[in-house]
Amino acid sequence: MEAFTTHTGRAVPLRRSNVDTDQIIPAHWLKKVTRDGFEDGLFEAWRKDPEFVLNRPERQGATVLVAGPDFGTGSSREHAVWALQNYGFKAVISSRFADIFRGNSLKNGLLTVVLEQPVVDALWELTEKDPQAEITVDLEAREVRAEGVTASFELDENSRWRLLNGLDDISITLQNEADIAAYEAKRPSFKPRTLTV
Amino acid sequence: MGRTLAEKVWDDHVVRRAEGEPDLLYIDLHLLHEVTSPQAFDGLRKSGRTVRRLDLTIATEDHNTPTLDIDKPIADPVSRAQLETLRKNCAEFGVRLHPLGDVEQGVVHVVGPQLGLTQPGMTVVCGDSHTSTHGAFGALAFGIGTSQVEHVLATQTLPMARPKTMAITVDGELPEGVTAKDLILAIIARIGTGGGQGYILEYRGSAIEKLSMEARMTICNMSIEAGARAGMIAPDETTFAYLKDRPHAPQGADWDAAVEYWRTLRTDDDAEFDAEVVIDAAELSPFVTWGTNPGQGAPLSSAVPDPASYEDASERLAAEKALEYMGLEPGQPLRSIKVDTVFVGSCTNGRIEDLRAAAEILKGRKVADGVRMLVVPGSARVGLQAVSEGLDVVFKEAGAEWRHAGCSMCLGMNPDQLAPGERSASTSNRNFEGRQGKGGRTHLVSPQVAAATAVLGHLASPADLSETAAPAGV
Repeated sequence: MEAFTTHTGRAVPLRRSNVDTDQIIPAHWLKKVTRDGFEDGLFEAWRKDPEFVLNRPERQGATVLVAGPDFGTGSSREHAVWALQNYGFKAVISSRFADIFRGNSLKNGLLTVVLEQPVVDALWELTEKDPQAEITVDLEAREVRAEGVTASFELDENSRWRLLNGLDDISITLQNEADIAAYEAKRPSFKPRTLTV
Repeated sequence: MGRTLAEKVWDDHVVRRAEGEPDLLYIDLHLLHEVTSPQAFDGLRKSGRTVRRLDLTIATEDHNTPTLDIDKPIADPVSRAQLETLRKNCAEFGVRLHPLGDVEQGVVHVVGPQLGLTQPGMTVVCGDSHTSTHGAFGALAFGIGTSQVEHVLATQTLPMARPKTMAITVDGELPEGVTAKDLILAIIARIGTGGGQGYILEYRGSAIEKLSMEARMTICNMSIEAGARAGMIAPDETTFAYLKDRPHAPQGADWDAAVEYWRTLRTDDDAEFDAEVVIDAAELSPFVTWGTNPGQGAPLSSAVPDPASYEDASERLAAEKALEYMGLEPGQPLRSIKVDTVFVGSCTNGRIEDLRAAAEILKGRKVADGVRMLVVPGSARVGLQAVSEGLDVVFKEAGAEWRHAGCSMCLGMNPDQLAPGERSASTSNRNFEGRQGKGGRTHLVSPQVAAATAVLGHLASPADLSETAAPAGV
């Protein structure tokens, strides 16, 4: 995973709540077997509208998505995170994320930042008024900064450490292989097996 | 202090607990399908890793599979390539696979329980959010992303922060004609699509205890639509009776030991939940959605709400956008909404009991002119069972299409899709924009409402039918 320390970029204000994963990346894109090439599927249905915020020329090259509450609800498809990253987003800000989406994002180095809705409102107003306005998402300081806005955010220490260092979860877990083997040795015999081995 | 069902199952799976770290949880069963696994197998290959526990892993094909002409090559080359990728990966790594055409093939969440692989007190994961279905057995079951699929393949564990617990207590009797689907849609409308976020839900109370396993699976299945990763129901005699003698259920002394353990899982009387919601079953009625998220639902007897009636600005905006997408007007009676398509199936309502319920209503009746009805069994076995009971004949005589098993129109990854602007009554779980096909409009309903809607051509309950045409010759 790519490490995330701090990022500064222009924003896309997305004034919608309950942006589900079918909107982020429609199911027909899920037939691909790679982790890349999903950028054209991002918000595919909405992008048919030339007025959709992502299509506006002044939003090209923006890297921070500022979304409404309950972003990423619905399916567990990690393709939603890949699509946002493939498109160029480095961070997503919302007052509430769906659990699975949030977990997926943090495992891929896409920083999802939870801020109170009034702060999200302030970021919407700022970036709608001035498309060139930049937002800084600072994971080391756990702080979001923009003109007139300084807001701290929470992220558990373990997730933060993994992100800051770009660590591979599986390698970390395998350091505890002895614990896993010890647990397996005492699993009850009545637990089902899919194969006879 | 006592512990809840969720806490007991959690505690029994902690491999490692350390200050400042998420718990490392052992996973008893890992279910795979073609959509969320290819990149995980690629990851294993790149790091030279293997599957740690092939004997706790099983795969099937469901999302992409066609429901017609399953003996012919799959027409869509991209779908075909994804299925072939799963077959290659399972062969290379040694994973048990039930491919299209196999008698055990079907929607992954129907297959696990019917094989008896899903049992109380287990941890079950799958790269699919509707893994919550398996919680109906008192298992802790949740959907995961592809990175986590790779993690479980490699380690049979997952680092997880322990969620809070929420009791959803449903007491009383469900009125005649009110189903598990109506109940869960009403619960989601009540707590919202984010209401369960950060919680494991436990459905309890006398109305839940009376439900069959199929009905319990319908309820737990949609826990994710309330934002909860998992939903659970305490195992009881209904659970044990369902499991007994299934292919992978424990046998002999193991069965006795298992049941003894399963009986200890029930939430202790003095356990405390972090949150509690109480629902009176007697107040419920057939429930349908009008909007574009599963929380935007209302009793069938009511009308499309007026967005102006919402105090919360973001809810008001969401309702306005939903009505625009759905092509509905505030105040329009829900019963007046005409549909083009009716879909009976999915991991929510594609089990034998659901097909029986729909068939009972369709028997001796006809699907309305201009309405297309698809009946898709949740698994090949469910399909065989339905055929042995003659349900396929009932569906075909009514004018419905009887198909092969798979996810089908729930998400339209195969050819079963709505055309732009088409409207469906669907027994599936998500009414998101474009979910069943670009521009398609979805109303989530129970199998009973689906069947009655197919006959009348507009959203309706079976009670509406008895007043109109009595079935002839039945």
